[in-house]
Amino acid sequence: MTTVDPQTVESGSDRARASLPKGRDDQPVEVRSSSTKSGSLAASFLPPLFFGSVLIGVWYFISYVLLEESKRFLLRPPHQVLNNAFLDWEALSELLGGLWSSTKVAAVGLAIAIAIGLFLATIMSQTKIIERALFPYLVTLQAVPILALVPMIVFWFGSGQTSRVVVCVIIAVFPLIVNTLFGLHSAEKGMHDLFTLHHASRFTRLRKLMFPAALPAMFAGLRISAGLSVIGAIVGDFFFGRGEVGIGQLVTKYANQLQGEELIGAVILSSALGVAVFLLFTKLQDLIVGKWYDAGSAQPPT
Amino acid sequence: MFSLSDIAVRSLSFDDIGMTFPDGTETLRNISFDVSREEFVTVVGPSGCGKSTLLKIASGLLEPTAGRVNVDRDRLGYVFQDATLLPWRTVMGNVELLAELHAVDATTRRKLAQEAIDLVGLTGFENHYPKSLSGGMKMRASLARTLTLEPPVFLFDEPFGAVDEITREHLNDETQQLFLREGFAGLFITHSITEAVFMSTRVLVMSARPGRIVAEYDIPFDYPRHPDLRFDPEFARLSGEISHALRGGHS
Repeated sequence: MTTVDPQTVESGSDRARASLPKGRDDQPVEVRSSSTKSGSLAASFLPPLFFGSVLIGVWYFISYVLLEESKRFLLRPPHQVLNNAFLDWEALSELLGGLWSSTKVAAVGLAIAIAIGLFLATIMSQTKIIERALFPYLVTLQAVPILALVPMIVFWFGSGQTSRVVVCVIIAVFPLIVNTLFGLHSAEKGMHDLFTLHHASRFTRLRKLMFPAALPAMFAGLRISAGLSVIGAIVGDFFFGRGEVGIGQLVTKYANQLQGEELIGAVILSSALGVAVFLLFTKLQDLIVGKWYDAGSAQPPT
Repeated sequence: MFSLSDIAVRSLSFDDIGMTFPDGTETLRNISFDVSREEFVTVVGPSGCGKSTLLKIASGLLEPTAGRVNVDRDRLGYVFQDATLLPWRTVMGNVELLAELHAVDATTRRKLAQEAIDLVGLTGFENHYPKSLSGGMKMRASLARTLTLEPPVFLFDEPFGAVDEITREHLNDETQQLFLREGFAGLFITHSITEAVFMSTRVLVMSARPGRIVAEYDIPFDYPRHPDLRFDPEFARLSGEISHALRGGHS
Protein backbone atom coordinates (compact mmCIF):
# COMPACT_ATOMS: atom_id res chain seq x y z
CA MET A 1 0.00 0.00 0.00
CA THR A 2 1.16 3.49 -0.76
CA THR A 3 0.93 6.27 1.74
CA VAL A 4 0.00 9.53 0.12
CA ASP A 5 2.31 12.32 1.11
CA PRO A 6 0.56 15.71 0.81
CA GLN A 7 3.62 17.16 -0.89
CA THR A 8 3.63 14.58 -3.67
CA VAL A 9 -0.11 14.80 -4.05
CA GLU A 10 0.18 18.52 -4.54
CA SER A 11 2.85 18.22 -7.21
CA GLY A 12 0.92 15.35 -8.75
CA SER A 13 -2.16 17.44 -9.05
CA ASP A 14 -0.12 20.20 -10.67
CA ARG A 15 1.20 17.75 -13.16
CA ALA A 16 -2.22 16.33 -13.82
CA ARG A 17 -3.62 19.79 -14.30
CA ALA A 18 -0.81 20.79 -16.59
CA SER A 19 -1.56 17.81 -18.77
CA LEU A 20 -5.28 18.33 -18.97
CA PRO A 21 -6.46 18.15 -22.54
CA LYS A 22 -7.15 21.49 -24.10
CA GLY A 23 -9.85 20.16 -26.37
CA ARG A 24 -13.58 20.26 -25.92
CA ASP A 25 -13.35 17.33 -23.54
CA ASP A 26 -12.10 19.67 -20.87
CA GLN A 27 -15.40 21.46 -20.81
CA PRO A 28 -18.29 20.12 -18.82
CA VAL A 29 -21.33 19.28 -20.85
CA GLU A 30 -23.87 22.02 -20.98
CA VAL A 31 -26.98 20.93 -19.17
CA ARG A 32 -30.24 22.04 -20.60
CA SER A 33 -32.74 23.07 -17.99
CA SER A 34 -35.84 20.92 -17.80
CA SER A 35 -38.16 23.65 -18.97
CA THR A 36 -37.11 24.91 -22.38
CA LYS A 37 -37.30 28.64 -22.23
CA SER A 38 -37.85 29.04 -25.93
CA GLY A 39 -40.05 32.01 -26.65
CA SER A 40 -41.47 34.55 -24.26
CA LEU A 41 -43.95 34.01 -21.48
CA ALA A 42 -46.72 35.29 -23.76
CA ALA A 43 -45.94 32.65 -26.37
CA SER A 44 -46.47 29.86 -23.88
CA PHE A 45 -49.59 31.31 -22.24
CA LEU A 46 -51.45 32.85 -25.15
CA PRO A 47 -52.34 29.68 -27.11
CA PRO A 48 -54.01 27.84 -24.20
CA LEU A 49 -55.66 31.09 -23.11
CA PHE A 50 -57.02 31.58 -26.60
CA PHE A 51 -58.26 28.00 -26.80
CA GLY A 52 -59.88 28.39 -23.38
CA SER A 53 -61.87 31.41 -24.59
CA VAL A 54 -62.94 29.47 -27.67
CA LEU A 55 -64.20 26.66 -25.41
CA ILE A 56 -66.17 29.13 -23.28
CA GLY A 57 -67.54 30.63 -26.48
CA VAL A 58 -68.71 27.21 -27.64
CA TRP A 59 -70.21 26.63 -24.21
CA TYR A 60 -72.22 29.88 -24.48
CA PHE A 61 -73.21 28.96 -28.02
CA ILE A 62 -74.61 25.61 -26.89
CA SER A 63 -76.40 27.10 -23.88
CA TYR A 64 -78.02 30.03 -25.68
CA VAL A 65 -78.28 29.07 -29.35
CA LEU A 66 -78.55 25.29 -29.58
CA LEU A 67 -80.67 24.75 -26.46
CA GLU A 68 -84.17 26.19 -26.22
CA GLU A 69 -84.94 28.01 -23.02
CA SER A 70 -86.93 25.05 -21.67
CA LYS A 71 -83.93 22.75 -22.09
CA ARG A 72 -81.29 25.18 -20.92
CA PHE A 73 -80.99 23.32 -17.60
CA LEU A 74 -79.03 20.68 -19.51
CA LEU A 75 -76.07 23.03 -19.85
CA ARG A 76 -76.15 26.23 -17.87
CA PRO A 77 -74.05 29.06 -19.28
CA PRO A 78 -70.62 29.69 -17.67
CA HIS A 79 -71.52 32.84 -15.73
CA GLN A 80 -74.41 31.06 -14.06
CA VAL A 81 -72.14 28.23 -13.01
CA LEU A 82 -69.75 30.80 -11.61
CA ASN A 83 -72.53 32.65 -9.78
CA ASN A 84 -74.44 29.69 -8.43
CA ALA A 85 -71.66 27.24 -7.67
CA PHE A 86 -68.64 29.37 -6.76
CA LEU A 87 -69.89 32.81 -5.78
CA ASP A 88 -72.80 31.58 -3.71
CA TRP A 89 -71.40 30.88 -0.28
CA GLU A 90 -73.84 28.15 0.65
CA ALA A 91 -73.22 26.18 -2.55
CA LEU A 92 -69.50 26.80 -2.39
CA SER A 93 -69.14 25.67 1.22
CA GLU A 94 -70.99 22.47 0.40
CA LEU A 95 -68.71 21.85 -2.59
CA LEU A 96 -65.55 22.64 -0.61
CA GLY A 97 -66.71 20.40 2.24
CA GLY A 98 -67.15 17.53 -0.20
CA LEU A 99 -63.83 18.30 -1.82
CA TRP A 100 -62.09 18.30 1.54
CA SER A 101 -63.64 14.96 2.50
CA SER A 102 -62.59 13.38 -0.81
CA THR A 103 -59.10 14.89 -0.53
CA LYS A 104 -58.64 13.32 2.89
CA VAL A 105 -59.72 9.92 1.56
CA ALA A 106 -57.41 10.24 -1.45
CA ALA A 107 -54.45 11.30 0.74
CA VAL A 108 -54.89 8.48 3.22
CA GLY A 109 -55.46 5.97 0.40
CA LEU A 110 -52.38 7.16 -1.47
CA ALA A 111 -50.23 7.04 1.66
CA ILE A 112 -51.28 3.45 2.33
CA ALA A 113 -50.79 2.55 -1.34
CA ILE A 114 -47.26 4.03 -1.23
CA ALA A 115 -46.40 2.04 1.89
CA ILE A 116 -47.76 -1.21 0.46
CA GLY A 117 -46.28 -0.53 -2.99
CA LEU A 118 -42.77 0.20 -1.73
CA PHE A 119 -42.83 -2.72 0.67
CA LEU A 120 -44.03 -5.24 -1.93
CA ALA A 121 -41.72 -3.93 -4.65
CA THR A 122 -38.77 -4.12 -2.26
CA ILE A 123 -39.33 -7.71 -1.17
CA MET A 124 -40.11 -8.69 -4.77
CA SER A 125 -36.81 -7.15 -5.89
CA GLN A 126 -34.94 -9.09 -3.23
CA THR A 127 -36.43 -12.49 -3.86
CA LYS A 128 -37.12 -13.64 -7.37
CA ILE A 129 -39.45 -16.36 -6.20
CA ILE A 130 -41.69 -13.89 -4.36
CA GLU A 131 -41.78 -11.73 -7.48
CA ARG A 132 -42.86 -14.72 -9.57
CA ALA A 133 -45.41 -15.77 -6.97
CA LEU A 134 -47.05 -12.36 -6.55
CA PHE A 135 -46.99 -10.85 -9.99
CA PRO A 136 -49.87 -12.75 -11.62
CA TYR A 137 -52.15 -11.89 -8.71
CA LEU A 138 -51.25 -8.23 -8.84
CA VAL A 139 -52.09 -8.16 -12.53
CA THR A 140 -55.36 -9.93 -11.77
CA LEU A 141 -56.21 -7.47 -9.03
CA GLN A 142 -55.50 -4.67 -11.47
CA ALA A 143 -57.79 -6.25 -14.05
CA VAL A 144 -60.82 -6.72 -11.75
CA PRO A 145 -63.31 -3.90 -12.40
CA ILE A 146 -63.58 -1.99 -9.16
CA LEU A 147 -67.39 -2.03 -9.53
CA ALA A 148 -67.39 -5.79 -9.12
CA LEU A 149 -65.47 -5.46 -5.88
CA VAL A 150 -67.65 -2.78 -4.32
CA PRO A 151 -70.31 -5.10 -2.82
CA MET A 152 -67.58 -7.17 -1.23
CA ILE A 153 -65.82 -4.12 0.14
CA VAL A 154 -69.08 -2.91 1.67
CA PHE A 155 -69.67 -6.39 3.05
CA TRP A 156 -66.30 -6.42 4.79
CA PHE A 157 -65.62 -2.81 5.68
CA GLY A 158 -69.07 -1.20 5.77
CA SER A 159 -69.85 1.91 3.79
CA GLY A 160 -67.83 4.39 5.86
CA GLN A 161 -64.55 6.15 5.18
CA THR A 162 -62.61 2.88 5.51
CA SER A 163 -64.26 1.43 2.42
CA ARG A 164 -63.52 4.57 0.41
CA VAL A 165 -59.87 4.32 1.42
CA VAL A 166 -59.81 0.64 0.47
CA VAL A 167 -61.11 1.45 -3.03
CA CYS A 168 -58.44 4.15 -3.31
CA VAL A 169 -55.68 1.76 -2.30
CA ILE A 170 -56.82 -0.97 -4.71
CA ILE A 171 -56.87 1.48 -7.62
CA ALA A 172 -53.64 3.32 -6.76
CA VAL A 173 -51.31 0.56 -5.61
CA PHE A 174 -50.57 -1.19 -8.91
CA PRO A 175 -48.60 1.55 -10.73
CA LEU A 176 -46.59 2.08 -7.55
CA ILE A 177 -45.57 -1.56 -7.28
CA VAL A 178 -44.80 -2.01 -10.96
CA ASN A 179 -42.88 1.22 -11.39
CA THR A 180 -40.90 0.85 -8.17
CA LEU A 181 -40.03 -2.73 -9.04
CA PHE A 182 -38.92 -1.66 -12.51
CA GLY A 183 -36.86 1.12 -10.93
CA LEU A 184 -35.23 -1.20 -8.40
CA HIS A 185 -34.13 -3.41 -11.28
CA SER A 186 -32.88 -0.48 -13.34
CA ALA A 187 -29.38 -0.06 -11.87
CA GLU A 188 -26.76 -1.05 -14.45
CA LYS A 189 -24.91 -4.34 -14.14
CA GLY A 190 -21.57 -2.51 -13.91
CA MET A 191 -22.78 -0.68 -10.82
CA HIS A 192 -23.90 -3.94 -9.26
CA ASP A 193 -20.46 -5.40 -10.05
CA LEU A 194 -18.88 -2.44 -8.30
CA PHE A 195 -20.91 -3.11 -5.17
CA THR A 196 -20.16 -6.83 -5.40
CA LEU A 197 -16.43 -6.20 -5.71
CA HIS A 198 -16.43 -4.19 -2.53
CA HIS A 199 -18.44 -6.74 -0.58
CA ALA A 200 -21.47 -4.53 -0.06
CA SER A 201 -24.15 -6.13 2.08
CA ARG A 202 -27.62 -6.73 0.65
CA PHE A 203 -28.94 -3.82 2.70
CA THR A 204 -26.17 -1.46 1.61
CA ARG A 205 -26.79 -2.37 -2.02
CA LEU A 206 -30.49 -1.70 -1.57
CA ARG A 207 -29.94 1.61 0.19
CA LYS A 208 -27.08 3.06 -1.80
CA LEU A 209 -27.72 1.60 -5.24
CA MET A 210 -31.19 0.19 -5.87
CA PHE A 211 -33.35 2.74 -4.05
CA PRO A 212 -31.71 5.84 -5.53
CA ALA A 213 -31.77 4.21 -8.96
CA ALA A 214 -35.48 3.50 -8.51
CA LEU A 215 -36.45 7.08 -7.64
CA PRO A 216 -37.24 8.38 -11.16
CA ALA A 217 -39.45 5.38 -11.97
CA MET A 218 -40.99 5.57 -8.51
CA PHE A 219 -42.03 9.15 -9.13
CA ALA A 220 -43.49 8.24 -12.49
CA GLY A 221 -45.63 5.66 -10.68
CA LEU A 222 -46.45 8.13 -7.93
CA ARG A 223 -47.82 10.69 -10.36
CA ILE A 224 -50.09 8.11 -11.96
CA SER A 225 -51.19 6.74 -8.59
CA ALA A 226 -51.87 10.18 -7.15
CA GLY A 227 -54.33 10.87 -9.96
CA LEU A 228 -55.88 7.42 -9.53
CA SER A 229 -56.30 7.90 -5.78
CA VAL A 230 -58.37 11.04 -6.43
CA ILE A 231 -60.51 9.06 -8.86
CA GLY A 232 -60.73 6.22 -6.31
CA ALA A 233 -61.89 8.57 -3.56
CA ILE A 234 -64.64 10.06 -5.72
CA VAL A 235 -65.72 6.75 -7.20
CA GLY A 236 -65.90 5.16 -3.72
CA ASP A 237 -67.96 8.02 -2.37
CA PHE A 238 -70.21 7.84 -5.44
CA PHE A 239 -70.92 4.12 -5.06
CA PHE A 240 -71.33 3.97 -1.30
CA GLY A 241 -73.51 7.04 -1.21
CA ARG A 242 -73.57 7.15 2.58
CA GLY A 243 -71.45 8.45 5.41
CA GLU A 244 -69.38 11.63 5.22
CA VAL A 245 -70.33 13.54 2.09
CA GLY A 246 -67.64 13.76 -0.57
CA ILE A 247 -67.61 14.99 -4.14
CA GLY A 248 -69.03 11.68 -5.37
CA GLN A 249 -72.20 11.98 -3.29
CA LEU A 250 -72.60 15.62 -4.20
CA VAL A 251 -72.45 14.73 -7.90
CA THR A 252 -75.24 12.17 -7.40
CA LYS A 253 -77.33 14.63 -5.44
CA TYR A 254 -76.89 17.49 -7.93
CA ALA A 255 -77.73 15.23 -10.84
CA ASN A 256 -80.89 13.96 -9.11
CA GLN A 257 -82.04 17.47 -8.22
CA LEU A 258 -81.18 18.92 -11.63
CA GLN A 259 -78.73 21.39 -10.06
CA GLY A 260 -76.76 21.83 -13.28
CA GLU A 261 -74.57 24.69 -12.07
CA GLU A 262 -73.41 22.87 -8.96
CA LEU A 263 -72.94 19.66 -10.91
CA ILE A 264 -70.56 21.37 -13.33
CA GLY A 265 -68.91 23.10 -10.36
CA ALA A 266 -68.27 19.70 -8.74
CA VAL A 267 -66.75 18.36 -11.95
CA ILE A 268 -64.47 21.40 -12.26
CA LEU A 269 -63.38 21.15 -8.62
CA SER A 270 -62.62 17.44 -8.76
CA SER A 271 -60.54 17.78 -11.93
CA ALA A 272 -58.76 20.74 -10.33
CA LEU A 273 -57.91 18.43 -7.41
CA GLY A 274 -56.50 15.84 -9.82
CA VAL A 275 -54.40 18.46 -11.59
CA ALA A 276 -53.18 19.93 -8.28
CA VAL A 277 -52.08 16.51 -7.05
CA PHE A 278 -50.29 15.79 -10.33
CA LEU A 279 -48.48 19.14 -10.21
CA LEU A 280 -47.54 18.60 -6.58
CA PHE A 281 -45.80 15.32 -7.36
CA THR A 282 -44.19 16.69 -10.53
CA LYS A 283 -42.73 19.49 -8.41
CA LEU A 284 -41.60 17.03 -5.75
CA GLN A 285 -39.94 14.89 -8.42
CA ASP A 286 -38.16 17.93 -9.81
CA LEU A 287 -36.87 18.81 -6.35
CA ILE A 288 -35.65 15.32 -5.50
CA VAL A 289 -34.34 13.80 -8.74
CA GLY A 290 -34.36 16.79 -11.10
CA LYS A 291 -30.80 17.87 -10.35
CA TRP A 292 -29.22 14.55 -11.30
CA TYR A 293 -31.70 12.64 -13.43
CA ASP A 294 -31.07 13.07 -17.13
CA ALA A 295 -34.31 11.96 -18.74
CA GLY A 296 -32.87 12.62 -22.18
CA SER A 297 -29.91 10.28 -21.73
CA ALA A 298 -32.03 7.23 -22.44
CA GLN A 299 -32.93 8.51 -25.87
CA PRO A 300 -30.68 8.43 -28.93
CA PRO A 301 -29.16 11.80 -29.78
CA THR A 302 -31.03 13.63 -32.49
CA MET B 1 15.87 1.69 -2.17
CA PHE B 2 15.76 -1.99 -2.78
CA SER B 3 14.92 -3.54 -6.08
CA LEU B 4 11.55 -5.18 -6.07
CA SER B 5 12.34 -7.46 -8.97
CA ASP B 6 14.66 -9.71 -6.97
CA ILE B 7 12.12 -10.25 -4.20
CA ALA B 8 9.56 -11.13 -6.85
CA VAL B 9 6.47 -9.64 -5.25
CA ARG B 10 3.81 -11.35 -7.26
CA SER B 11 0.71 -9.29 -6.58
CA LEU B 12 -1.45 -11.11 -9.05
CA SER B 13 -0.88 -14.49 -10.60
CA PHE B 14 -2.95 -16.60 -12.96
CA ASP B 15 -2.23 -20.29 -12.74
CA ASP B 16 -3.43 -22.29 -15.75
CA ILE B 17 -6.79 -20.55 -15.95
CA GLY B 18 -9.49 -22.01 -18.14
CA MET B 19 -13.01 -20.76 -18.54
CA THR B 20 -15.89 -22.56 -20.19
CA PHE B 21 -19.32 -21.00 -19.84
CA PRO B 22 -22.37 -23.15 -19.06
CA ASP B 23 -23.49 -22.88 -22.70
CA GLY B 24 -20.29 -24.66 -23.72
CA THR B 25 -18.36 -21.65 -25.02
CA GLU B 26 -14.70 -22.03 -24.13
CA THR B 27 -13.46 -18.49 -23.58
CA LEU B 28 -10.05 -18.97 -21.96
CA ARG B 29 -7.52 -21.79 -22.09
CA ASN B 30 -4.25 -22.34 -20.19
CA ILE B 31 -3.69 -18.78 -19.12
CA SER B 32 -0.69 -18.42 -16.83
CA PHE B 33 1.14 -15.21 -16.00
CA ASP B 34 2.11 -13.00 -13.07
CA VAL B 35 1.92 -9.31 -12.48
CA SER B 36 4.24 -7.91 -9.81
CA ARG B 37 4.32 -4.57 -8.05
CA GLU B 38 5.62 -1.77 -10.24
CA GLU B 39 4.72 -3.77 -13.30
CA PHE B 40 2.17 -2.60 -15.84
CA VAL B 41 1.01 -5.50 -17.96
CA THR B 42 -1.34 -5.01 -20.86
CA VAL B 43 -3.31 -7.74 -22.57
CA VAL B 44 -4.23 -7.02 -26.18
CA GLY B 45 -6.48 -9.27 -28.19
CA PRO B 46 -9.26 -9.31 -30.75
CA SER B 47 -12.74 -8.48 -29.49
CA GLY B 48 -14.55 -11.40 -27.96
CA CYS B 49 -11.34 -13.23 -27.04
CA GLY B 50 -12.13 -13.21 -23.33
CA LYS B 51 -9.94 -10.33 -22.19
CA SER B 52 -12.64 -8.89 -19.96
CA THR B 53 -13.49 -12.35 -18.67
CA LEU B 54 -9.90 -12.57 -17.46
CA LEU B 55 -10.38 -9.45 -15.32
CA LYS B 56 -13.70 -10.69 -13.99
CA ILE B 57 -11.91 -13.86 -12.92
CA ALA B 58 -9.08 -11.88 -11.35
CA SER B 59 -11.54 -9.84 -9.33
CA GLY B 60 -13.66 -12.78 -8.27
CA LEU B 61 -16.75 -11.63 -10.16
CA LEU B 62 -16.45 -14.92 -12.07
CA GLU B 63 -15.11 -18.28 -10.92
CA PRO B 64 -12.80 -19.95 -13.45
CA THR B 65 -13.67 -23.49 -14.48
CA ALA B 66 -9.99 -24.47 -14.37
CA GLY B 67 -6.88 -23.21 -12.58
CA ARG B 68 -6.58 -20.65 -9.85
CA VAL B 69 -5.89 -16.98 -9.24
CA ASN B 70 -3.72 -15.62 -6.47
CA VAL B 71 -4.50 -12.07 -5.50
CA ASP B 72 -5.42 -10.09 -2.42
CA ARG B 73 -9.03 -9.12 -3.13
CA ASP B 74 -9.36 -6.89 -0.12
CA ARG B 75 -8.53 -3.65 -1.88
CA LEU B 76 -8.60 -4.48 -5.53
CA GLY B 77 -8.79 -1.54 -7.91
CA TYR B 78 -11.13 -2.19 -10.82
CA VAL B 79 -11.75 0.43 -13.49
CA PHE B 80 -14.72 -0.55 -15.63
CA GLN B 81 -15.31 -0.12 -19.32
CA ASP B 82 -17.96 2.48 -18.50
CA ALA B 83 -17.32 5.04 -15.82
CA THR B 84 -20.19 3.45 -13.79
CA LEU B 85 -20.70 6.64 -11.80
CA LEU B 86 -23.85 6.78 -9.69
CA PRO B 87 -25.88 9.54 -11.39
CA TRP B 88 -27.46 10.69 -8.12
CA ARG B 89 -24.12 11.42 -6.53
CA THR B 90 -21.85 14.37 -7.23
CA VAL B 91 -18.24 13.79 -8.29
CA MET B 92 -17.27 14.03 -4.62
CA GLY B 93 -20.00 11.59 -3.59
CA ASN B 94 -18.97 9.13 -6.26
CA VAL B 95 -15.29 9.29 -5.40
CA GLU B 96 -16.14 8.76 -1.73
CA LEU B 97 -18.26 5.67 -2.47
CA LEU B 98 -15.65 2.93 -2.16
CA ALA B 99 -14.20 4.27 1.06
CA GLU B 100 -17.78 4.42 2.29
CA LEU B 101 -18.35 0.76 1.39
CA HIS B 102 -15.15 -0.09 3.24
CA ALA B 103 -16.46 1.77 6.31
CA VAL B 104 -13.77 4.46 6.35
CA ASP B 105 -14.77 7.33 8.64
CA ALA B 106 -16.19 10.48 7.07
CA THR B 107 -13.20 12.79 7.64
CA THR B 108 -10.62 10.39 6.20
CA ARG B 109 -12.98 9.57 3.36
CA ARG B 110 -13.38 13.21 2.41
CA LYS B 111 -9.61 13.74 2.59
CA LEU B 112 -8.85 10.69 0.42
CA ALA B 113 -11.50 11.70 -2.10
CA GLN B 114 -10.24 15.28 -2.34
CA GLU B 115 -6.67 14.06 -2.90
CA ALA B 116 -7.79 11.66 -5.62
CA ILE B 117 -9.91 14.34 -7.31
CA ASP B 118 -6.93 16.72 -7.31
CA LEU B 119 -4.71 13.97 -8.65
CA VAL B 120 -6.88 13.31 -11.71
CA GLY B 121 -7.36 17.03 -12.36
CA LEU B 122 -11.03 17.32 -11.49
CA THR B 123 -10.48 20.04 -8.87
CA GLY B 124 -13.40 22.45 -9.02
CA PHE B 125 -15.85 19.84 -10.28
CA GLU B 126 -16.51 18.22 -6.88
CA ASN B 127 -20.15 19.29 -6.82
CA HIS B 128 -20.99 18.46 -10.42
CA TYR B 129 -23.34 15.61 -11.20
CA PRO B 130 -22.20 13.02 -13.78
CA LYS B 131 -24.78 14.18 -16.33
CA SER B 132 -22.88 17.46 -16.67
CA LEU B 133 -19.48 15.80 -17.24
CA SER B 134 -17.88 14.85 -20.57
CA GLY B 135 -16.83 11.26 -21.26
CA GLY B 136 -13.20 11.95 -20.36
CA MET B 137 -14.13 13.67 -17.12
CA LYS B 138 -16.39 10.79 -16.13
CA MET B 139 -13.48 8.40 -16.70
CA ARG B 140 -11.25 10.62 -14.54
CA ALA B 141 -13.85 10.55 -11.77
CA SER B 142 -13.96 6.78 -12.08
CA LEU B 143 -10.15 6.61 -11.80
CA ALA B 144 -10.23 8.89 -8.77
CA ARG B 145 -12.83 6.67 -7.13
CA THR B 146 -10.53 3.66 -7.51
CA LEU B 147 -7.51 5.63 -6.31
CA THR B 148 -9.12 6.31 -2.92
CA LEU B 149 -8.58 2.64 -2.09
CA GLU B 150 -4.83 3.00 -2.69
CA PRO B 151 -5.08 -0.39 -4.36
CA PRO B 152 -1.95 -2.54 -4.59
CA VAL B 153 -3.45 -4.16 -7.71
CA PHE B 154 -5.19 -2.13 -10.39
CA LEU B 155 -7.34 -3.79 -13.04
CA PHE B 156 -8.35 -1.73 -16.09
CA ASP B 157 -11.05 -3.11 -18.38
CA GLU B 158 -10.72 -1.14 -21.65
CA PRO B 159 -11.45 2.04 -19.74
CA PHE B 160 -10.64 4.52 -22.51
CA GLY B 161 -12.41 2.78 -25.38
CA ALA B 162 -15.27 5.24 -25.53
CA VAL B 163 -13.37 8.55 -25.49
CA ASP B 164 -11.92 10.40 -28.47
CA GLU B 165 -8.30 9.93 -29.54
CA ILE B 166 -6.87 13.10 -27.98
CA THR B 167 -8.57 12.50 -24.65
CA ARG B 168 -7.39 8.92 -24.74
CA GLU B 169 -3.75 10.00 -25.17
CA HIS B 170 -4.08 12.38 -22.24
CA LEU B 171 -5.67 9.71 -20.09
CA ASN B 172 -2.87 7.27 -21.08
CA ASP B 173 -0.32 9.85 -19.97
CA GLU B 174 -2.11 10.42 -16.68
CA THR B 175 -2.51 6.70 -16.03
CA GLN B 176 1.22 6.32 -16.57
CA GLN B 177 1.88 9.05 -14.01
CA LEU B 178 -0.43 7.41 -11.51
CA PHE B 179 1.40 4.13 -12.06
CA LEU B 180 4.77 5.79 -11.45
CA ARG B 181 3.48 7.52 -8.33
CA GLU B 182 1.60 4.62 -6.76
CA GLY B 183 3.74 1.71 -7.97
CA PHE B 184 0.76 -0.61 -8.12
CA ALA B 185 0.65 -3.85 -10.08
CA GLY B 186 -1.35 -2.90 -13.15
CA LEU B 187 -3.26 -5.19 -15.49
CA PHE B 188 -4.70 -3.30 -18.44
CA ILE B 189 -7.03 -4.63 -21.13
CA THR B 190 -7.30 -2.93 -24.49
CA HIS B 191 -7.42 -3.54 -28.21
CA SER B 192 -5.31 -0.47 -28.96
CA ILE B 193 -1.70 -1.48 -29.58
CA THR B 194 -0.44 2.10 -29.26
CA GLU B 195 -2.08 2.44 -25.86
CA ALA B 196 -0.58 -0.89 -24.79
CA VAL B 197 2.99 -0.13 -25.86
CA PHE B 198 2.90 3.42 -24.53
CA MET B 199 1.97 2.56 -20.96
CA SER B 200 3.18 -0.96 -20.31
CA THR B 201 6.26 -2.67 -19.01
CA ARG B 202 5.02 -5.84 -20.72
CA VAL B 203 2.45 -6.61 -23.41
CA LEU B 204 0.71 -9.98 -23.74
CA VAL B 205 -1.02 -10.93 -26.95
CA MET B 206 -4.12 -13.05 -26.71
CA SER B 207 -5.55 -15.23 -29.49
CA ALA B 208 -9.13 -15.38 -30.64
CA ARG B 209 -11.49 -17.67 -28.68
CA PRO B 210 -10.55 -19.72 -26.82
CA GLY B 211 -8.20 -17.00 -25.60
CA ARG B 212 -4.62 -18.08 -25.03
CA ILE B 213 -1.46 -16.03 -24.51
CA VAL B 214 0.33 -16.38 -27.86
CA ALA B 215 3.11 -13.81 -27.51
CA GLU B 216 4.79 -11.70 -24.87
CA TYR B 217 6.84 -8.51 -25.34
CA ASP B 218 8.92 -6.61 -22.81
CA ILE B 219 8.65 -2.90 -23.50
CA PRO B 220 12.09 -1.41 -22.85
CA PHE B 221 11.38 2.34 -22.84
CA ASP B 222 12.26 4.30 -19.72
CA TYR B 223 9.61 6.03 -17.60
CA PRO B 224 8.33 8.66 -17.58
CA ARG B 225 7.45 8.27 -21.22
CA HIS B 226 6.90 11.36 -23.28
CA PRO B 227 3.78 11.45 -25.49
CA ASP B 228 6.09 11.88 -28.52
CA LEU B 229 7.47 8.39 -27.87
CA ARG B 230 4.57 7.26 -30.02
CA PHE B 231 6.47 8.56 -33.06
CA ASP B 232 9.76 6.85 -32.18
CA PRO B 233 10.96 4.29 -34.82
CA GLU B 234 11.57 1.67 -32.12
CA PHE B 235 8.02 2.24 -30.83
CA ALA B 236 6.71 1.71 -34.36
CA ARG B 237 8.77 -1.46 -34.80
CA LEU B 238 7.45 -2.98 -31.55
CA SER B 239 3.89 -1.98 -32.38
CA GLY B 240 4.31 -3.63 -35.79
CA GLU B 241 5.53 -6.86 -34.24
CA ILE B 242 2.63 -6.95 -31.78
CA SER B 243 0.22 -6.22 -34.60
CA HIS B 244 1.62 -9.20 -36.54
CA ALA B 245 1.31 -11.46 -33.51
CA LEU B 246 -2.24 -10.24 -33.03
CA ARG B 247 -3.15 -11.02 -36.62
CA GLY B 248 -1.52 -14.44 -36.32
CA GLY B 249 -3.56 -15.11 -33.20
CA HIS B 250 -6.68 -13.88 -34.92
CA SER B 251 -6.58 -16.32 -37.81
